Amino acid sequence: MLSRTANGLFWLARHMERLDYVARLLDVAQRMSVLGGAKSPSEWTSALAASGSGHAFAAKHGAVTPKAVIDWLARDPDNPSSILSCLATARENARAVRGALTSDMWEALNTAFLDARRFKGGDFEESGLTTTLDWFKMQSLLFNGAYSNTMLRQGPFFFVRLGTFVERADNTARLLDVKYHVLLPSVEEVGGGVDYYQWIAILRAVSARRAYHFVYAERIRPWHVAELLILRQEMPRSLRSCYEQIVAQLDALAEGQGGRVGECHRQAGETHARLRYGRIEAIFQDGLHEFLTESIVRTRALGLEIEDFYFA
Amino acid sequence: MAAFDEMLGPTADGGCRAPYALVRDWLDRTPPDHLARKALEAEQLFRRIGITFAVYTEGGDPERLIPFDLVPRVLDAKEWAHVSAGLEQRCKALNLFIHDVYHDQEILKAGKVPEALILHNPSYLAEMQGLDVPGGVYAHIAGIDMVRVGPDQFYVLEDNARTPSGVSYMLENREVMMRLFPDLFRAHPIRPVGHYAEELLQTLRSVAPARATGEPRVVLLTPGPYNSAYYEHAFLADEMGVELVQGDDLVVHDAVVYMRTTEGLKRVDVVYKRLDDDFIDPLVFRPDSSLGVPGLFHAYRAGNVTLTNAVGAGICDDKAVYTYVPDMVRFYLGEEPILKNVPTWRCHDPDDLAYVLGNLHDLVVKAVHGSGGYGMLVGPHATRAERDDFAALLRAKPHDYVAQPTLALSTCPTMTGSGVAPRHVDLRPFVLSGADGVRIVPGGLTRVALKEGSLVVNSSQGGGTKDTWILEDGEAGEGA
Repeated sequence: MLSRTANGLFWLARHMERLDYVARLLDVAQRMSVLGGAKSPSEWTSALAASGSGHAFAAKHGAVTPKAVIDWLARDPDNPSSILSCLATARENARAVRGALTSDMWEALNTAFLDARRFKGGDFEESGLTTTLDWFKMQSLLFNGAYSNTMLRQGPFFFVRLGTFVERADNTARLLDVKYHVLLPSVEEVGGGVDYYQWIAILRAVSARRAYHFVYAERIRPWHVAELLILRQEMPRSLRSCYEQIVAQLDALAEGQGGRVGECHRQAGETHARLRYGRIEAIFQDGLHEFLTESIVRTRALGLEIEDFYFA
Repeated sequence: MAAFDEMLGPTADGGCRAPYALVRDWLDRTPPDHLARKALEAEQLFRRIGITFAVYTEGGDPERLIPFDLVPRVLDAKEWAHVSAGLEQRCKALNLFIHDVYHDQEILKAGKVPEALILHNPSYLAEMQGLDVPGGVYAHIAGIDMVRVGPDQFYVLEDNARTPSGVSYMLENREVMMRLFPDLFRAHPIRPVGHYAEELLQTLRSVAPARATGEPRVVLLTPGPYNSAYYEHAFLADEMGVELVQGDDLVVHDAVVYMRTTEGLKRVDVVYKRLDDDFIDPLVFRPDSSLGVPGLFHAYRAGNVTLTNAVGAGICDDKAVYTYVPDMVRFYLGEEPILKNVPTWRCHDPDDLAYVLGNLHDLVVKAVHGSGGYGMLVGPHATRAERDDFAALLRAKPHDYVAQPTLALSTCPTMTGSGVAPRHVDLRPFVLSGADGVRIVPGGLTRVALKEGSLVVNSSQGGGTKDTWILEDGEAGEGA
């Protein structure tokens, strides 16, 4: 397979996954802002921080208002990670590697791109936002379903899947970190009613509220939520699950190439081991935020190693 | 000027020519709103599959569909036999001609083609002199534009030997028609076109360098997703099962071409390039080209890779060179041309120029290096001022122009805003020439001028396309 094709597939999947993440992020912010009694725009600030585009936003808008953040994250073409930018980039990538896509993948993407044009200003206002975000999440699900169900289990599939899970590993860490940013200004409220609903908002954003109850059969506890999203194997968005998938795809690629492996394989394995044998108590002891920051750094480094090894 | 209607026939007395009997019957019994609904379905299909054609010069949505007309264009077996025999003959002559002008130049020495027209032509690439290409084939894929003016009168309008496009429409139009009207295909003995990609791959493999061992590796080189024909590039690569590469994907080491893959470098034998010659290698041609591959031409000259179409094949696309193709057929093959050229005035000839200037209102004037319907004057449809402007251009650079009579291109029934009506059409069949012979898939791209009375069929200027049906032998029926 051409290096450029592999690169295109990898980023195509990353952008579809990121689209899903930004939609979920906005959903969390929206839910938290309704809960917080609108004391401050901290939910929106934290959404910006978790999107990794806080600086670019500040340069363009200055003040944080719900409307400005929604526009920025949902549809601003100046923000390469806005939902609409992700969709457009994903489609550009798809066009460039179209021969490597199945027709179902292409149709899922192309239809999403064409249909997304119907959304107007009102669809991105707070009142209509949830419906709009649900639609976008559905497009990501459709894309994932299309490729999972139709691609041959060969190189191209492994690169798409690698893209999905590298992006998701990054996103899960960032999403969990939203909570850290929200709590920053008011640490004394830990354990209060608002706190409870904020954790629930995170669980709902990753469609894991019921999963939580299946796994823990207990009321919402911060360390359980964190454990669910970081260390639990059953949870398809947990960092551990993401890394399990990353390692599996890298191994499959290596197997198809006569065992050829590189630094990306080593790093992925190392991080996976850390998640597999880690304990949530230790993570909280050393600081959840610090742990999440390090995870984000590790995932970014892994992405660069993958590029170096396969796409150069 | 009455045009020949391919369905109604020359007399337009309410009759119907035999090849169209079933189409006529279908049009008669299908309610207009049903056709309109099918047209909408067809458009949705095209958009969903993503068959778009980018027109960047006119603003607006750059990804637009070429309008597709549901009413097929039909040729019977006898008509096609005539056309395809003529195409094969013509393409053989063209390949011999290109070989000749880059080698011994016999045809120039014999005075059959003016030396200056070839040797000073911007499409003549001296870098190709003396290079032997596999099978002596230069125009591996040729799109020959034809028009029809009467029951037995087919003319060649242009030869496209550089990078002819449009074959994906031939294939997709058929796909869509078969999806929308399966009953029509059951009733008609229509020759299939779906094997084009296989024929193309065979052709490309046949010209692999002699030293290529095992299955030759073929790739399709595209300028990238922003090229107007990118969809076609991706489509053909996919249909052939070969890699669709961009310049960056290829690299040349020691005059050997490789592609970059996730497993390292892989050797490449044949490059089906959909990139103009100027852009293929910044070391030899345009140095500012970022689309090409440094060293590619050197590898080509070293015989380590075959480029298709051959570099320099574009000399045949020149509309002044075109006027000499019948002479080439006689010179190289010793045969009379089966397909005629449109009578053409060469403006570099003072007598011809004088005639052209005196009769601009009747003529079509074309720039010899132009394509896509640009740089063209359709005299009868131009204003006085436009004709005057063009006359000035002609006087300033007569070598750059040729002129032809305004032909009454044949018409086919076509869906319009106000029902089915005749519209002018042309035909671009695709001719594949390999080291092992000529292959022609029975069909082609029919382009239709959708505006009433318009003769310009180019997709960049409001033209549409139709499915082109070649009927099986012996099924034409006996008139209706």
